[in-house]
Amino acid sequence: MTHAEQASGRPMIEFRDVTKTYDGGRPAVDGLSMEIDRGRITVFVGPSGCGKTTSLRMINRMVEPTSGQILLDGQDVSRQKAAELRRSMGYVMQSSGLLPHRSVLDNIATVPRLNGVPKTEARRRAQELLDVVGLASELGRRYPGQLSGGQQQRVGVARALAADPPVLLMDEPFSAVDPVVRAELQEELLRLQRDLAKTIVFVTHDIDEATILGDRVAVFAVGGRLAQYAAPEEILRAPVDDFVAGFVGRDRGFRHLSFQEGDGVAIHPVETIDAESLADPTVSVRSPWTLLVDAEGRPHGWIPQATRGNITRQAQAVPGGSLYTRGDSLRRALDAALSSPSGLGVAVDDDGRAVGVVRAAEVFELIEAARLDRGRAQHDTAV
Amino acid sequence: MDWFLSNLDFIWLHTRLHLVQAIVPLVLGVLAAVPLAQLARLNPVVGSVLLTGSSILYTIPSLAMFVFLPVVLGTRVIDPVNVIVALSVYAFSLLVRSTLDALDSIDDGVRQAAVAMGYTPVRRFLTVDLPLSLPVLFAGLRVVSVTNISLVSVGALIGVPSLGTLFTDGLFRSFPTEIAVGIAIILLLALVLDLLLVLVERLLTPWTRSAGGGRPGSVVALEAKVAGA
Repeated sequence: MTHAEQASGRPMIEFRDVTKTYDGGRPAVDGLSMEIDRGRITVFVGPSGCGKTTSLRMINRMVEPTSGQILLDGQDVSRQKAAELRRSMGYVMQSSGLLPHRSVLDNIATVPRLNGVPKTEARRRAQELLDVVGLASELGRRYPGQLSGGQQQRVGVARALAADPPVLLMDEPFSAVDPVVRAELQEELLRLQRDLAKTIVFVTHDIDEATILGDRVAVFAVGGRLAQYAAPEEILRAPVDDFVAGFVGRDRGFRHLSFQEGDGVAIHPVETIDAESLADPTVSVRSPWTLLVDAEGRPHGWIPQATRGNITRQAQAVPGGSLYTRGDSLRRALDAALSSPSGLGVAVDDDGRAVGVVRAAEVFELIEAARLDRGRAQHDTAV
Repeated sequence: MDWFLSNLDFIWLHTRLHLVQAIVPLVLGVLAAVPLAQLARLNPVVGSVLLTGSSILYTIPSLAMFVFLPVVLGTRVIDPVNVIVALSVYAFSLLVRSTLDALDSIDDGVRQAAVAMGYTPVRRFLTVDLPLSLPVLFAGLRVVSVTNISLVSVGALIGVPSLGTLFTDGLFRSFPTEIAVGIAIILLLALVLDLLLVLVERLLTPWTRSAGGGRPGSVVALEAKVAGA
């Protein structure tokens, strides 16, 4: 085995029986032992006071463990100089934590500057990073106070990436922004991670966020106990105890569908009508619901048959439900069907053109079939 | 007006003396207060000693201090050094409090972020904490600068030359014009110095004026508190 192979086989971060107790109270983190995979996103999730943030902060020594060891790439972090150790990891926090008195560019350039990179070079790199995180380059001259919350979080991510560290620590980075922006930022992070393949440790209290982002998810219980550490799909399908089952919540069955591919879902043809034909009283339709589409074939709502005769304006269409893009998960397929006024989930291609509809009942059949398959597989391994 | 024009040299000399006695203590006070306030933040014992001590110092009447200092320092009674030392002590005791408020006004998230980025403690203090504390610190400086300008004149009572000399002289000669001129110039000095401080603060804290980047409410509240102290 070559040296490189050894390095890639070794976990990037390892907790060895780490306990943190504050001033003689109950432990915030209790006997934590875990390995964090290189180049993957590991999510620490749990309710308030479960020690997830404390655990994260012990990695870069913002919190010192009471006992136990934390290894970074095989080296005990307590033997490294705290300031230098921290510069070797990117850190993104909840309230972006940008320095209000520095321009956006200088904020991004913080760590390279601390490492002694000349100002012009650090700024040039910062300018490139603005683009990487999807921000316009003229924002670089502004102060953080002039940006929106979502933009600030992007700057926070750019700052963490500036010194190109192998490890990123993210402490509830998206929890203070609104749900739409949060979804955007999550998608963006996954996109970035496909190119960068950093070792990311991500803390959140949101199990949905954990299952969307995590390659592996560590569920922490109150009292600083690691309750379950597994792939998100497994945590949703097979929670190890009542605590985890309770924490992943009532919707876990539905959420688990995110991990089942929807390729097998049958897409049925659907009758469509455009605004022009709709206005033409001589055009007749057969189905109880007709899908209204624009000139490019993109869906714009449903026309119920009963009222069709009177409808002449597009605005009177019943708004449609969520859309199912071919190849999405079963969760999206089912949601498209359930949220549609016609009970038919609209399937679209990558360009957003309607290609047909999916039926909830057929999605259920697929779910059932997958469950039987799993049962047989488990039976086989047991035998 | 005649008196003013025919005594320009005399007035100019005393204005300069007045300014030196007011500004040097302001500078010395800041230089002592900032590091000690940071020390007080790091060590609660130092903190309580410092705050109690500075409050006690501030209660000593200025005239008593002017008379008492020559004994301690071995200076002559009319030496301006006495006034400078006394006012430095006052400036220090006021500024320690406002520097502490200033440092406390910094968002803890920002401080945490600086730690997480890998700032060493000294570098963080100089390049993050200190600049961010300027808005509140300047509120304290403005109070002290006005206080100093007015207190310097008390030194004239024991014979230290300043614009206060125009009061003692005018009183002695029953010549109200001289007193009026002294008051006018002192008011003017206080005003100019205050404007100058506002200007310097604006230059040093460009981020506080950026659209949407306004001062946090806590800073405004602290400024009001310091100004009212």
